[in-house]
Amino acid sequence: MEIKLNNQFKSFPEHCSIQQMLDNVVGDKQKGIAVAVNQHVIPKDQWPFFSLNNNDEVLIIKATQGG
Amino acid sequence: MSNLIIAGRQFNSRLFLGTGKFGSSEQMEKAVLASGSDMVTVALKRIDIEADTDTLLSHLRYKHINLLPNTSGARSAKEAVFVAQLAREAMETNWLKLEIHPDPKYLMPDPIETLKACEELAKLGFIVLPYIHADPVLCKRLEDAGTAAVMPLGSPIGSNKGLKSIDFIEIIIEQSKVPVVIDAGIGTPSDAAKALEIGADAVLVNTAIAVAGDPVNMAKAFKMAVEAGRMAYESKLSKINKTAEASSPLTSFLD
Repeated sequence: MEIKLNNQFKSFPEHCSIQQMLDNVVGDKQKGIAVAVNQHVIPKDQWPFFSLNNNDEVLIIKATQGG
Repeated sequence: MSNLIIAGRQFNSRLFLGTGKFGSSEQMEKAVLASGSDMVTVALKRIDIEADTDTLLSHLRYKHINLLPNTSGARSAKEAVFVAQLAREAMETNWLKLEIHPDPKYLMPDPIETLKACEELAKLGFIVLPYIHADPVLCKRLEDAGTAAVMPLGSPIGSNKGLKSIDFIEIIIEQSKVPVVIDAGIGTPSDAAKALEIGADAVLVNTAIAVAGDPVNMAKAFKMAVEAGRMAYESKLSKINKTAEASSPLTSFLD
């Protein structure tokens, strides 16, 4: 299935969980990030259980420099 | 000197620092430490999936530093609430600097979207510090909506123009029941000292330090200025007189 990940289209296996997607995309650098699927923030404790679907819009954000 | 308290949390410094515009994360870290600040703002961004090299947080991992995520980039209340929820999840804090400034030329904060967002965010349990123009009426409305402080601007973000809104900041300070943090446009340590002298509870400074010739020393200068300003305020400044008042006796032997 295809998901839109931070404005890039990427392929993942069907029913891939957020956790599996993150393990693939960010590896072990998972502290200090947040994930939203279709404009809904998904809490960290749900990452292993939340399945992604085709055409989902996924946002992965983290802190950066700012005033 | 009395300590600053916002939403029940005590701060040792009345100088808040922004982390933008520094030449490097190392320089930012040194400046933050030199400033003595214990409240530091950060923004949020999409991670770069191909090559994430942003290590900002690793340079701010000090026990005394409270991180305050901002909603920079949000153009509406709806977007700000969304960013707030992302920030709470990523940074594990419900403290938030609310900023909604869609116009890129002057970065003027949108008062209507900000008030709307505050009302929603307070219901969601956030501790909100809203960035706004120095509008005394808006500040009272935000206070009623449950914000933990108000953050009126001195002048436009990054302008270094100082306290252009000083007359209105004074009204806000007089009327506010929550801490007043002057945020944006503070260009010099003397601006920061002035803000504290007139009774502001704290100042937030970014550009003036980050793009100074020597940001680390500039941070130290701001630290001293904020301490001096607050000490002056607590020492009750002498009043301004319309006419002269002699300091030395007008010696009678010359009369």
